Amino acid sequence: MSKKREKWQAFMERNRKSNGYLLRKTVFNIGYKICRAVLIFGLCFLIVQPLLNKVSLSFMAEQDLYDSTIVNIPRNFTTSSYKLASDLMDYWKALGTTTVISLIVSLFQVAAATLVGYGFARYKFPFKNFWFFMVILVIIVPPQTIMAPLYLNFTYFDPLGLFSLVTGKPINLINTIIPYLLMCFGCMGLKSGLYIYLIRQFFRNVPKDIEEAAYVDGCGKFKTFYRIMLPDAKPIITSCFLFAFVWQWTDKFYAQMFLRKYTLLSTQLSGLSGALDAFIKNAGIAEKATQAYSSAIVATGTLMTIIPLLVIYVFAQKGFVESLSQSGIKM
Amino acid sequence: MKKKKMTLATKNAIAGYLFILPFIIGFLAFMVLPLFQSLRMSFSEVTVDPSAGGFTMVFANLKNYNEVINIDPDFKILLIENLRGMLLDLPATLIFSFFVALLLNQTFKGRGFVRAIFFMPVILSSGVIVGLEYNNEMLASMKDVIQETTNASSITTVLQDMLVTDGTQSGELFQFVFDLIDHIYDIAIQSGIQIIIFLSGLQTISVSMFEAAKIEGCTAWECFWKITLPMVSSLILVNVIYTIIDYFCRSDNEVMDYISTSMISKMQYDLSAAMAWIYFACCLVIIGIISLIISKRVYYYE
Repeated sequence: MSKKREKWQAFMERNRKSNGYLLRKTVFNIGYKICRAVLIFGLCFLIVQPLLNKVSLSFMAEQDLYDSTIVNIPRNFTTSSYKLASDLMDYWKALGTTTVISLIVSLFQVAAATLVGYGFARYKFPFKNFWFFMVILVIIVPPQTIMAPLYLNFTYFDPLGLFSLVTGKPINLINTIIPYLLMCFGCMGLKSGLYIYLIRQFFRNVPKDIEEAAYVDGCGKFKTFYRIMLPDAKPIITSCFLFAFVWQWTDKFYAQMFLRKYTLLSTQLSGLSGALDAFIKNAGIAEKATQAYSSAIVATGTLMTIIPLLVIYVFAQKGFVESLSQSGIKM
Repeated sequence: MKKKKMTLATKNAIAGYLFILPFIIGFLAFMVLPLFQSLRMSFSEVTVDPSAGGFTMVFANLKNYNEVINIDPDFKILLIENLRGMLLDLPATLIFSFFVALLLNQTFKGRGFVRAIFFMPVILSSGVIVGLEYNNEMLASMKDVIQETTNASSITTVLQDMLVTDGTQSGELFQFVFDLIDHIYDIAIQSGIQIIIFLSGLQTISVSMFEAAKIEGCTAWECFWKITLPMVSSLILVNVIYTIIDYFCRSDNEVMDYISTSMISKMQYDLSAAMAWIYFACCLVIIGIISLIISKRVYYYE
């Protein structure tokens, strides 16, 4: 008690000596900190709130949704929404396919982007700037521009008339994963240009000495890349892989175009409210689901889709953020 | 037999080309070729004929463009609205993300956690989920509550009423600010990457610069305008371009949706190609103009 008083007295003494400046400064600092804390809390709440809202909606029984006295905490706690949503979405099957496809696709994307990024960062060759400008162009071109011809080309896939020559007609590659994998390996997948850019930035910042030492010791070009540079680049490659995986997971555009045959979470989710309407109609309850019920089921489905991503994010948060900030993005 | 020796530069050039070979092949096959084809499609009439094993194109001059712009009732409105929305969002996203980056650059407890939360939308609100989140429940329910209590239609209307009662004019600027407040949630969600880019830029400014300025009697306000802003100005350009591209390629973009549906479900390949080209041209013009304006003012510190 007395110690506190002593401290206070010392503070007042110093304050007196500074003509009240110290007190003003301290009060201002504390006030600023409180304002900042409130502001940060508010902004964080703004971002997290829809998620929390979905969680509470997903546990509500149907009658809770119509009850205006219930806002956040469900009165009749139930997990039936989860059961219904997982039935309608064919959840476990979709989860499996989505995982496998996202893994394969992001592996292809990152493998190609790493090779290309390394080439851009480390070698001098004619027209290098031109090709790099093309990488930027690839980032800018909206995929919708080239969607129509791509779709037609893959439906009637016939490079140089090879297939017509053998089988008599072009083959249809739509509804297989092959076209998409080809595109990913050609660095034209979802946001591939961005990965090339990031990986190039990383390799540019690695000192050249290690490579030169390897060359002097008689290590070949590809071997140097594979044995020396690749292990060094693990962080950026992992984070590009994570980005590719996560964005592939929620992608609807390419899924609609090339992967319509597969039950993917993203397509299932966007068809969920339609499926619910059909389900209700078939059961003979009503013409279609009420808006509140439909939004509760969609919220549940969304949660079920993003839970795996949330888990990945919690464990690999640093991998996402840090690689971006370390790559030193500059034009 | 004697091999002809290559110079080191030639060897390097060959190795470099081998490394970027996947990109070159992919670029030619899946970008240049389809771009060229879609340009051709947009100038011709496409009929799909499965029995003949393909599709035929008949040159039709500017017919598609004419149809899209003058006959299609929705496209032009959507496009203009979309571009207007982008020009509105761009400064808002930049200012918001810069502001948050400034906040996160200070030291306080739980900084990493807050940063993680701000970055979370990049992971979670991508692809299909953006489209589904479009009707943000919180704002909607808050609106309802206010509606019940005040008979006004939204928070901003209430604010507007309060501010405007004392005779001030509710001009364009007012409307602009209120529009922004109305969709602050969308702005917060789409500025995750920009925040990280600004933050990384802020962290590279050396502390000694601020110290020197402070000793010379520079206030925090002056420090911001004379040091912080010029030092991150090159990142502003990066962020502007990223924001524009992100806006154009987002999955809840209505114009994109319109183009996709007209292609996939209506099979109007020629019309959708024309629409996509109009849209792409708008993108390029906007990116070009804005980056020209900004790159004149960018300051590079070496």
